[in-house]
Amino acid sequence: MVTVKYMLLIYSNPESWASLSAEQRDDLTRSHQELTRELTEQGQLVSAAGLADPITTRTVSVGEDDTRTTTDGPYAEAKEHLAGFYLVECDDIDEAIEYAARMPDAKYLAVEVRPVMDASGLEM
Amino acid sequence: MSDFELLLREETPQVLSALVRHYGHFDLAEEAVQEALLAASQQWPSEGVPSNPRGWLIRVGSRRLTDLLRSESARRKREENVASLSAPEEFVASGPEIGDHGGRDDTLTLLFLCCHPSLSAASQIALTLRAVGGLTTAQIAAGFLVPEATMAQRISRAKRSIKQAGSTFEMPPESERDARMGVVLHVLYLIFNEGYTASSGVALHSAELTTEAIRLTRGVRRLLPDDGEVAGLLALMLLTDARRPARTDADGALVPLSDQDRSLWNKDAIVEGEALVTDALSRSQLGPYQVQAAIAAVHGTAERAEDTDWRQIVALYQVLEQISDNPMVRLNHAVAVAMASGPKEGLALLEPLDTDGRMKDHHRLEAVRAHLLEMSGEKEAARASYLLAARRTTSVPEQNYLKSRADSL
Repeated sequence: MVTVKYMLLIYSNPESWASLSAEQRDDLTRSHQELTRELTEQGQLVSAAGLADPITTRTVSVGEDDTRTTTDGPYAEAKEHLAGFYLVECDDIDEAIEYAARMPDAKYLAVEVRPVMDASGLEM
Repeated sequence: MSDFELLLREETPQVLSALVRHYGHFDLAEEAVQEALLAASQQWPSEGVPSNPRGWLIRVGSRRLTDLLRSESARRKREENVASLSAPEEFVASGPEIGDHGGRDDTLTLLFLCCHPSLSAASQIALTLRAVGGLTTAQIAAGFLVPEATMAQRISRAKRSIKQAGSTFEMPPESERDARMGVVLHVLYLIFNEGYTASSGVALHSAELTTEAIRLTRGVRRLLPDDGEVAGLLALMLLTDARRPARTDADGALVPLSDQDRSLWNKDAIVEGEALVTDALSRSQLGPYQVQAAIAAVHGTAERAEDTDWRQIVALYQVLEQISDNPMVRLNHAVAVAMASGPKEGLALLEPLDTDGRMKDHHRLEAVRAHLLEMSGEKEAARASYLLAARRTTSVPEQNYLKSRADSL
């Protein structure tokens, strides 16, 4: 594989989000716009999006007898939630880490870099 | 691929070279050729193929390029308010017919340009497939499973980089040629691999990349019939691709080399590949592609897995290690040694790789260790290694294979 797809998962929590000044929020928007533009121009961006506040989350589970339950709120009882993601093509994980480190979110909380599974394989 | 499509792909580098020779502006010429190809694929099926297809494509491409140059020139004038670009009339003076320059084939010059060292491998591949292969952006994007817009950006950026590097449409100087040829062969090999490793289902489009890589490498071989490494690379591709029908089962699961149904292998490709590499080894300077092809030929000519001449494969890996420092080669060497002399000897060869930064966390190192532990009867340790390798890989088919090996112990 020449390039590998990586998912950059941006984490946030209500406190860190609420504590941001207007200036920091502007900076956050600007940084993401710049990064998105750069990745787009380089032909590396597959997809990116910010996710709505966890308050809007629904969690779905289907039981043994196919009964569906939908509950309000996130599945995991965690302080942190997924706030957005990028799907990018990089030469290797180090390049993906460089992009993750450029997001202000990495300062406020953390950005996770995860390789994406693919369907190609070599016989052993 | 239809005959039409093949004809268009074969003509692509010739048409593009003719335009670049006449007008310059590689980036715009490349755009114009794509549009000419599109026009041909729309018109020829109903109106028939013109008597001189290349002439037709060059004519349509020139017209389109003239338009592009005019709008480019107008745009620049607007932007800079100076006539920085010579008037298009200079380019488009109705001079002599743009021809093939006495039958000269510029495909190599094009390949050198598309595989320019200032580009990333991903960009080199994309540009080569489009400018030399004649594939559309959509086809390339499908092969690499990215959105078309992403691929389009990658291609136009690659063309800008070439322009910024100040590269002209000329063969690189003699002193650089070997190194540049190495890059070209590597790019062709990467295209092949991308297609070969794509298994089935979602990656069906990618398999076309192997066919395309073989076609392009055949073209390079026609131009450089005495180059041993070009022959070696073509042989390696043919001998590897010969296994494609047997490397996955009906469900798309990977089948290891030792378990493949060899009656499914493509005999013609094996015969051709073996003849190519035998001839190259006997009369050219040795190189890594020839040695890898020779190894593939030893596998390809064994009637059954147990007939494999592992001693010969070990000897070839020793040669390969002399000429290329690559931990993957050492890993495969360890497998060959295990098959020839026993798993303990193979496991001993893995030890230095445990401290090699490029390999220590690689799933293939763990997968090989698992396999050799299994050979030596250490079931528990083998199972643990298979499961660790399964967690490390990012390939779904490999993960399934490794898990099923663990389950079988």
